[in-house]
Amino acid sequence: MAINIGENGTPIEILLVEDSPGDVRLTQEALRDAKVQNTLHVASDGMEATSFLWRQGKHANAPRPDLVLLDLNLPKKGGREILEEIKLDPSLKSIPVVVLTTSTAEEDILRSYQLHANCYITKPVDLDQFLKVIKTIDNFWLAIVKLPSDPT
Amino acid sequence: MLVSGAALLLACLAFGAYDVFALRQAIVHNLSILAQIAGSNSVSALLFNDPHEAEKTLSALKAAPNILSAHIYTTDGQPFAAYSRDRGGEAPTLPPIPAGQTEARWFQDGQIVLVRSIIFQGKPTGSVYIQSDLREINDRLKRYAGIAAIVLLTSLLAALLVSSIFQRAVAEPITHLAGIAGVVSRDKDYSVRATPTGSGDELATLIETFNEMLAQIQERDGALKKAHGELEQQVQAVARRAEELTRSNTELEQFAYVASHDLQEPLRMVASYTQLLAKRYKGRLDSDADEFIAYAVDGAHRMQLLIGDLLAYCRVGTKGEEPRETSSEAALEQALLNLQGAIQESGGVVTHDPLPTVIADGAQLVQLFQNVVGNAIKYRSAELPRVHVSANKNGGNEWIFSMRDNGLGIDPKYFEKIFVMFQRLHGREEFSGTGIGLTVCKKIAERHGGRMWVESEPGKGSTFYFALPEKR
Repeated sequence: MAINIGENGTPIEILLVEDSPGDVRLTQEALRDAKVQNTLHVASDGMEATSFLWRQGKHANAPRPDLVLLDLNLPKKGGREILEEIKLDPSLKSIPVVVLTTSTAEEDILRSYQLHANCYITKPVDLDQFLKVIKTIDNFWLAIVKLPSDPT
Repeated sequence: MLVSGAALLLACLAFGAYDVFALRQAIVHNLSILAQIAGSNSVSALLFNDPHEAEKTLSALKAAPNILSAHIYTTDGQPFAAYSRDRGGEAPTLPPIPAGQTEARWFQDGQIVLVRSIIFQGKPTGSVYIQSDLREINDRLKRYAGIAAIVLLTSLLAALLVSSIFQRAVAEPITHLAGIAGVVSRDKDYSVRATPTGSGDELATLIETFNEMLAQIQERDGALKKAHGELEQQVQAVARRAEELTRSNTELEQFAYVASHDLQEPLRMVASYTQLLAKRYKGRLDSDADEFIAYAVDGAHRMQLLIGDLLAYCRVGTKGEEPRETSSEAALEQALLNLQGAIQESGGVVTHDPLPTVIADGAQLVQLFQNVVGNAIKYRSAELPRVHVSANKNGGNEWIFSMRDNGLGIDPKYFEKIFVMFQRLHGREEFSGTGIGLTVCKKIAERHGGRMWVESEPGKGSTFYFALPEKR
């Protein structure tokens, strides 16, 4: 059964996989006054993202994210690897993954979509643009788009 | 040797023949005299028909050992008296004397026969017949041949001796010289030398000169080889330098790209947070703080533009597509589409002639047109901006594109400067921009094996040109 996320009062769970604290903070700033009530979880490297998604170790009680914002260049384990693993896992592959990175390289864009990224966005260099993009992502994926409920 | 022998032989033969001839003449002459004497002495015997007296006269011929026989005949040809050296023998038939002559002679069977009429008081009284052998001639010939043979042999021996001396003195050194010359021309070995004869003659001088010549050639050959080697080394060094330069250029481009790319991240942080500061705290601190933050925001913003431009410049060299057949007209249309807003806003008009298909990176060609036309719109004069683009072939192997505008124009002293990175002719307050546009254009033209330049006069507009080779 499809549910309209956020409308039933439960906060939306967003996983931000980002190693730059500056970008984390900017994303938090952008989401602070977003329309949709949300909880932002941050994984600062690939390993942490993996343990959050598969509920390992200290993340045993982690919620299933409704949206993943994924940077590509991460320490320990790259964003592409995480993307590939999510999209290979039947219980996770329906989660929309937004690749949010500084890279404008054609091969990064192509590779991401080949790994079934739901969209690819280059971080705007301008602050206002950045805030706008985050809000737009948030609004689009969490308010406009219809997504299936957790298949488990 | 052969020639001298033959000449000598010929000379001997000639002398021999002449001698034989002369001897014969002498013998004939002698016989004639003997016949005359015998005839005169026999006249009375004939007149008195006394053969005995005649034979006595003839027997006097014994003194001449070469006389074989002698006969006296009467006028009617009958034998009258005879003498024979070896006794016996018939009197031969008297051979006739040709009419009108008193004497006749014949050479036959190694003998000579002489017949003479005996004339007494104008009337023929009888004939004398004398037969003589040629032993004297033969003896003489034999002697002569002997002498000739000795002379011939001696002179041939002498010639042989002379020629062998000559061979050793002249022919051998010359053959040796020819051999050395052959070795030199075949092996290009200029270190060999002809062996001097030590004779001090012209030949020695020749060999000495030849050796001197070889020494000079060897010296020059060495110098030439050395120069050649040095030249080759220089060429290699230049090639190495060119290679190093290309590599360091590529590395530099790569470095600039990576550096500016990686600088973007921290810069984005600086820019974002100064902007956030400005956004959230403007008017809440003091006026100094507002001013400081404004400068920080502006600086970060400009740095972002510069780095962006630097990246765009680096991308021309490092991220370009392989040039292929591209419609320059389509590229211009695309550039005009990208500039649509600015052109409309300025009220300008951009026109163009039919433009050719060229070998180029399409995206870069668009960028080139866009930068130049964009400049024409940006640096416009008081008039409405007009830009005209055309292309002509130059000498058949280059397309020269020209982009003429009616803008502000450029002082010729800045023709070089405007193509240099981040060099600008106007202040930031007058016109925005970083001064990368034309630098990128020039780099694009050069990456295609072409050039870019400008012709202009302040107040009369500018014409920017770029040349593209027709073939790759």
